[in-house]
Amino acid sequence: MKPLLQVRDISKFYGARLGCRDVGFDLYPGEVMGIVGESGSGKSTLLGCLAGQLAPDTGEVLFDTRGEGPRDTLKMSEPERRMLARTDWAFVHQHAREGLRMGVSAGGNVGERLMAVGARHYGDIRDQAIDWLGRVEISEDRVDDKPTAFSGGMQQRLQIARNLVTGPRLVFMDEPTGGLDVSVQARLLDLLRGLVREMGLSAIIVTHDLAVVRLLADRLMVMKDGHVVETGLTDQVLDDPQHGYTQLLVSSVLQV
Amino acid sequence: MTDQSYNFAYLDEQTKRMIRRAILKGLAIPGYQVPFASREMPMPYGWGTGGVQVSAATLMPDDTFKVIDQGADDTTNAVSIRKFFEKTAGVATTEETEKATVIQTRHRIPETPLHEDQVLVYQVPIPEPLRFLEPRETETRKMHSLEEYGLMHVKLYEDISQHGAIATSYAYPVKVEGRYVMDPSPIPKFDNPKMADCPAIQLFGAGREQRIYALPPYSRVVSLDFEDHPFDPSKADHPCDLCGAEDSYLDEVITDDAGGRMFVCSDTDYCRARREAGHVGAQAPAMKEGAGA
Amino acid sequence: MIEIENVSKTFTLHNQGSAVIPVMEGAKLSVQPGECVALIGASGAGKSTLMRMIYGNYLAASGRIVVGEVDVAQAAPREILTLRRHTLGYVSQFLRVVPRVPTLEVVAEPLLMVGEPRQASLARAGELLTRLNIPERLWGLSPTTFSGGEQQRVNIARGFAHAYPALLLDEPTASLDAQNRDTVLSLVEEAKERGAAIVGIFHDEAARQRVCDREIDVTAFTPVAA
Repeated sequence: MKPLLQVRDISKFYGARLGCRDVGFDLYPGEVMGIVGESGSGKSTLLGCLAGQLAPDTGEVLFDTRGEGPRDTLKMSEPERRMLARTDWAFVHQHAREGLRMGVSAGGNVGERLMAVGARHYGDIRDQAIDWLGRVEISEDRVDDKPTAFSGGMQQRLQIARNLVTGPRLVFMDEPTGGLDVSVQARLLDLLRGLVREMGLSAIIVTHDLAVVRLLADRLMVMKDGHVVETGLTDQVLDDPQHGYTQLLVSSVLQV
Repeated sequence: MTDQSYNFAYLDEQTKRMIRRAILKGLAIPGYQVPFASREMPMPYGWGTGGVQVSAATLMPDDTFKVIDQGADDTTNAVSIRKFFEKTAGVATTEETEKATVIQTRHRIPETPLHEDQVLVYQVPIPEPLRFLEPRETETRKMHSLEEYGLMHVKLYEDISQHGAIATSYAYPVKVEGRYVMDPSPIPKFDNPKMADCPAIQLFGAGREQRIYALPPYSRVVSLDFEDHPFDPSKADHPCDLCGAEDSYLDEVITDDAGGRMFVCSDTDYCRARREAGHVGAQAPAMKEGAGA
Repeated sequence: MIEIENVSKTFTLHNQGSAVIPVMEGAKLSVQPGECVALIGASGAGKSTLMRMIYGNYLAASGRIVVGEVDVAQAAPREILTLRRHTLGYVSQFLRVVPRVPTLEVVAEPLLMVGEPRQASLARAGELLTRLNIPERLWGLSPTTFSGGEQQRVNIARGFAHAYPALLLDEPTASLDAQNRDTVLSLVEEAKERGAAIVGIFHDEAARQRVCDREIDVTAFTPVAA
């Protein structure tokens, strides 16, 4: 099996200030990797570089494309990268309203990616939208409602449906459960886990919530001040942390 | 009869050149919105400043000019623009579609088929078809350049999901030459098929938004739709009550406060020509019939 | 099936003056298919630590821990994940699952993970839950709301759902009544019969007598204080 994503020596500076430095890893099909660290640790910068939203100063992001095998997405033309972003990739934002069209119905939100890749049959598009709403536990009778009428948790689930409808292979998630009630988080985590398993998705999840990565991520990467300080199996990193910062991070979590 | 205090057609020659360059570029890239340095005109935005500038750059001294507003030659807007060019360019004017060489229009395409020696100039309020779904101009430009038009169908999808059919009835988006999606200005969708394969040059001017775009003669223009909800250039299912035309776009006119109403051609020149040729509608004034008898 | 050679383990507490605490040295163990080996030793002697190292949950400082064909002490995370999915099962003392997932799904998950058909997986899960006396009316509920004993039994059912060739059991019979204890020990015996190599921690001596072939005292691996 070959890696779906190979990341090599990614560095990003904001002027003299460091965003992230010398980050590299391989992600295999079906793997979920968590990136944890406090605010300012460079995890969001890294995610932006990987997802083609930020241009890193150095490095390569090789994605195993369907047609041509591994290609450096940083060297792709913008149309190619945007095409990838709406077919094989998905991006789940922390704030659903950044990832949704708030003035467009739930069905239209889910259908957009289908129409973007050429679907032109209204009935089929609507059927697929309803099917996906069902998978994220939004009832069919909400298909014509706008996201503004949805709760935060529903908006987040709608965002996930909108992203996954084209059957992407790699999902980037930026604090997917941030800002949600604990009970709503649990439901979302359960849903994401099920979808990841059923669709064989690979995912990169940035979060500062260690409970989220314990439940969702197979592997973990700990960042501090723009550097990766530790990587490994999620439970190994959390239960037997090797680096001082990770030990501090793990021991700082409040127990309930 | 040109008023000598104005340059021909009001605008100075440099400005007209600049606009002509934009028009030529627009013709070279059908459907693409070309930015131009729109000038202040002696009329408010929304009164056709874009169309007037395009007409000014297009008119020659021996042109015959026609202006229609919602199909009519005699509305305030049409009359004032016609007078403007009578005064500043001294060109001949007409109400007859057949005789005009340059036709400036707001919201309609004449019913009489256009021919190769004509130029149709549209007044455009909002040139960007993606505007209402994606307000960021930087993003819509990128979408045009990368041909990312999924969003246009989202709009039509929303129409069907809310109304059971595509309810967009004017400014219905079209794809030009298989490439650019274009807003045809607020003409009724009934007029959309007339844009396709049209022998005349079609120019679109948006003054406030500073954009010009164009369709060269015989362009391929396709109205967007879904396979299971095909484009339908419908109109009121009624003949004209004055001239009896079955094939023209109609305005509904309320005639009294007791529910009386009539449907009449929105294209006043077309209706007049038909009546003069002896066609009679259901509610045509009796004197007409008397005159004909 | 499980071969441990010269394994040592230290904890370095970076935030407490970088104190280095050696907890294990020269650990050695070999378990054949169909064999059950008990780890014994006083509390704190390192039974759970060794078990966690076999599972890849704790990093070994040195030595070899070979399960099947994978050296857990050296393997990449991806290889350990595959090993855990197909080869190496672990029944811990605590149930750790996503809240809200129904009990039946929790138990069937290891089977679904290796691609077993959904119906067959759920049927197997139901069968195990029945044997462990979890009433059917609870199957649709999340085990996070269950009592300690019920959670423990759900955890065991989950651990035995897939026929792992190697199995780690951490106090599987603790806090169980006689009938459920007997069921768990039967499950262990059945696993042995199908050839599973098992390492277990049992405080219950009678249980050890019944299912274990050998005992290893981990006190022997305790580092001599410097």
